[in-house]
Order: sequence, then structure tokens, then C-alpha cells
Amino acid sequence: MNWITNSVLPKIKALVQPREVPDNFWTKCSNCDEMVFHRQLEQNFQVCSHCDHHMGMDPDARLAMLFDDGQCTKIELPKQTVVDPLKFRDRKRYSDRLKEAQAKTGADDAIMIAHGDLGGMPAVAAVFSFAFMGGSMGVAVGDALLRAAELAVAQKAALIVFPSSGGARMQEGILSLMQMPRTVIATQIVKEADLPYFVVLTNPTTGGVTASFAMLGDIHLAEPGAIIGFAGKRVIEETIREKLPEGFQRAEYLLEHGMVDMVVRRHDLRATLIRLLGLINKPRPTAEVVTMVQPGLEIPAVDKSSSDAGADQPSKT
Amino acid sequence: MVGLDPLTEQPGNRMRVFLDFEKAVADLEGKIEVLRHLSTDGDINIVEEVGKLQSKVERQLKNTYQKLSPWQKVQVARHPNRPHFRDVVGNLVSEFTPLAGDRNFGEDKAIVGGIGRFRGFSAVIIGTEKGSSTQERIETNFGMAKPEGYRKARRLMELAERFRLPVLTFIDTAGAYPGIDAEERGQAEAIARSIETCLGLTVPIISTIIGEGGSGGAVALAAADRVLMLEHSIYSVISPEGCASILWRSGEHAKDAAEALRLTAQDLKKMDIIDEIIPEPLGAAHRSRDVALASLGDAVEKALRELVAIDANSLRSRRRDKFLAISKNGSS
Repeated sequence: MNWITNSVLPKIKALVQPREVPDNFWTKCSNCDEMVFHRQLEQNFQVCSHCDHHMGMDPDARLAMLFDDGQCTKIELPKQTVVDPLKFRDRKRYSDRLKEAQAKTGADDAIMIAHGDLGGMPAVAAVFSFAFMGGSMGVAVGDALLRAAELAVAQKAALIVFPSSGGARMQEGILSLMQMPRTVIATQIVKEADLPYFVVLTNPTTGGVTASFAMLGDIHLAEPGAIIGFAGKRVIEETIREKLPEGFQRAEYLLEHGMVDMVVRRHDLRATLIRLLGLINKPRPTAEVVTMVQPGLEIPAVDKSSSDAGADQPSKT
Repeated sequence: MVGLDPLTEQPGNRMRVFLDFEKAVADLEGKIEVLRHLSTDGDINIVEEVGKLQSKVERQLKNTYQKLSPWQKVQVARHPNRPHFRDVVGNLVSEFTPLAGDRNFGEDKAIVGGIGRFRGFSAVIIGTEKGSSTQERIETNFGMAKPEGYRKARRLMELAERFRLPVLTFIDTAGAYPGIDAEERGQAEAIARSIETCLGLTVPIISTIIGEGGSGGAVALAAADRVLMLEHSIYSVISPEGCASILWRSGEHAKDAAEALRLTAQDLKKMDIIDEIIPEPLGAAHRSRDVALASLGDAVEKALRELVAIDANSLRSRRRDKFLAISKNGSS
């Protein structure tokens, strides 16, 4: 390796080779194979306009579509004193895998925490990034969820978690397994403060993540078609030596089996969350309020802040 | 002589199984066996020879078991003659009264639970059971529980809470069952609730890994005040085989994965994940089951006596703090 191969050659190659049409203008839907134009995809919350397939969404976009006017404050993740506690190495070092994921996503780990208003009500959101090592849960993610819970309590805010994860991060061995009880404690902290804890299950949510905080929400919402389960498909197929039925472990399947409260299209997610939070946070008739309402505290009507379609049909897919 | 011989302590109906790395021991014991058959009248020379061979066996065992590799530990933890939960109950619990069912769907024999008396203490005792015969293994689904198993465990923990009884769990499972029916009935939710229930108890809960502590299926019963491990048991986020097939793309690297995962009791104690290692007799628990079980009983009793002295509310918050502190000790 020298500076010629590292910096000169690529530049020459870039000059010589014909500039390719950037292929990220068009995205091929992994469900229906149709090509979708990037701008259209963005406006449609990364949902395929042909088949309504809900594609992966990066945490920033998720936060932007969630909070009022797309405004929120991200908080720094708790600093990790030990980065690779087991000095884990498979075909690659874990510390290298981490660095790669950090370079690829620009994030420290597989989760992002932010707080802001949702229909004027305070909320803390914890959003997983599947692009970061499959959204796997290690110490950093566990610490972040605990931080999110503490923040929710401090701000008397709801906690809304958007998992998207293959499960525990194997490279942290037993420490990743220990994030199961730790994140369960995070949910207890929020619930003991009488604050709402919602889970929005996004594709995919499996393994130790599902088997801990993600299945302990006061209310479980799920995005259409999301894979949600404990064991991975391959493990099950190897165990029972059978092909799995169509739709197995999809959000709709979980709805049918009583594991989630509703399947909500991404377009209707914000409105649904605001409606639920409003019902929980303001349990009394507004007519009984006789004192002057302080300016700025009144919440705008629900249908103003949401798209007009679908707010009444939360489970339509 | 025979009565004191640890090698004949095994019940006759149990077939002796030797692991690969126990070959030298197996050979020596084969020789002893032959000599014994020759000696019908207590021939002095033969008795002497047997004695020599036996001390060789002991030396060999000591050498082998002192430096077991993680992968060898995995094999010992899964040894078919290793004491199972049923043996723990049989040896250490009197008046054991099994309680069945999750009151919702069914009875899962992979998790056995009930009330019994352990060294004088009434306790709710719950464990995963792999089974010893083919018939039993099928009945217990090889110790891999389904949601109704975890829901039964949860029900029994709540019963313990109501009557202020301590909870003792014993874990020996490859993991929660990965199957269609388990998924249908909410395996993930059942495990999550079980962890939640462990953490919410205001009575003492002590968990002991006696063989395999496999992933979520193990931690579901091990979010405890004290987590103990038998010397040659393992506790891991994923089986070495599973880890190898994902990260190395080949199950053949299970040995490497076993090393990388740090799943031995010794590693976990160093990381402060577990509280205590319970020593096993020479040649591991499968050679001298009663000795192993007695030392298990002593360790659990000691922990229990310490915990019953702590008041209910601080017990719960201490348990919580313990898990919150875990990652801070993550250095190896």
C-alpha cells in the first residue's frame, strides 16, 4: 500500500472511466422488483408506490417523520469505556467490524436517541439502525436504551422505541445477552414513572431484542410486512426441516396471533401515536377544564398534523 | 474397597460415556476392569496393580480437567451423564411437589417447577430438564422450552412472591425452542415477561447454571440476585455451533467460536457476570454426581441464607443495580 495506489490511481481511474449514471436515483423494490424514483420514495416515507412494501429507513429520516415539524434534539450516546470487551475475533476483528459500521453509517452504534414533541406532547424516541451491524444489541445499545428511559422520566415524556435488529450482538458474547435484563429494566423505569412505553416494531425485529424490551410495550404497533419473531427463519427451518408457511413471522401474522395491537402503515404512524398519546395523557373531558388554558400548551387537533388519509384506519395495510 | 470407589458410584443402569479427550482415562479404566475380572480371590498383586492404575487415572483426570479448553467444556457441560435438574431435585429437595401448566395453553415438560423443601427452606424450585432416556428427551423436547414453559415459570414465580418463598432456578438448556408453534404462541414475549418477572420479585431468586446456559432461554430464568455456575458448565448468548455458522459461515469452526465467546464459568466470573463458581469433583460432575450435587447444595444454601436476611425492597433494587452495573465491568 502506498500513496500511488491509495490516492493517485483512483483519481486517474475516475478521469478515464466514463461517469456512470448514479444508480441510487432509482431503487428497485425488493418486494415487487419495480423501480422507484428516489424523490418519490423519499416523499412516500420509503414505501414502494407500486406494492406498498415498507423499505428500511435510516434513523434520521425516521426521526424527521416522527416529531412535530421534523424537529427533535438528538442526544449523545453514553460513552463506552471498553469497546471490544472480549477482544472478539472471527474471520475479522470485532473492533474492525465496528469501525467499518461507524464509517458506513456515521453513527457510533446501532441506535439513535432523540427527544422532541409529538402532537405537542413530549416524547423520547429510540430508533435502531439496521445498517449498523444488523441493528444488533450490545452494551452501547443497552446503555442507550437506559439513557432514553432516564430521559423520558426526567422530561415526563413517553418512550417510543423503534427496534430493527437481528438480536444480540454475538461479538460481545455474554455481555450482549445481559442487555436483555438491562433493557427490561429500562422499560420498568418508564412504567414505574407512569409514563407510556410504546414499541413500533419495524423490519426486522428478532432474537434477543424481541425477547426483551420489544415485547414489553404498553402498546405494540408494527409496520406492514415487518418480520418479527424470536428465532430466525433459517434456524427454525433447520430445526423442523420444513419450509415455513407464507407470511410466517410477518407483522400481520403477529397481529393474528395476538402479539401486536395493530399494524400501521408508515403514513399513519405519526397520527396514530399522537392519538394514542393524547388518549392516555388527557383522560378527562376538556369541557371540565375551567381555568384559563395557558397559551402554547393547547395541542393542535390531531387531523391537522397528520396526512388526511388513513388516520381512522390504523390497521389497513 | 468397592464401596469407596468413586468409579462405581454410578448407578449400574447408566451407560458410561467417555469424551474424546478422556481416551487415556477410558483406556486405564478398561485395564482396571479387566484386572478386576481376573481377581476373584483378592490376589494381592492384582489389588496392588489396580491401586496403581487408579492413582494414574486420578492424575490423568486432574491433568485433563485442569486445562480443559472452552470447546472441551462445552462437551462436558453437555455430557449425557451430567446431573440434570431432576437429579438436583432428587438429591437436594424433599417434599417436592411439581405444579403443572401455564393456565393458558398447556403444560411444558421442558421446564419443571414446583414447591419443595431445600435444606429446611420452603422454596419454589424451577428448572429446565433435558431428560435422560430417549423417551424422556422427547417428552421434555430435549430441554428446549416453549412459551407455555416460560409462562408456567412466571406463574410459579408469582406464586413465590405471594407466599414470600424464595425462588431457586436451575438451568440446563440449549435454548428456547425454535419452532413454528413456539413462534405462534409468542416465544419472545414469554421470555421477555419471564425476565421481567424475575427482576420484579421482592423475594430472593438464585439461579444456577448446571450444564448449558443457552441464550435467551437461559436468561429468562436467570435475571437473579445470585447467579452461580457449576465449574464445567457454560453460559452463552449463542451456541458455539450457531455462532460459527453465522460468523465463520461454517459449523466446523465451533471450536473457535467457543473460545471467542468466553462462555466458561471461569471467564464469566472474571467479567463479574456470575457471582460464584461451584467446584466439581475430580473428572467433573458426571463422574461423581452425588459429590457434585452436595457441593451445589452447599453453595445455594449459603447464597440463600445471605439473601433471606435482606429486606424485600432493597433486594429488588440491589438486583436491578447489579444488572445495570454489569457492562461497566466488561474488561476481560
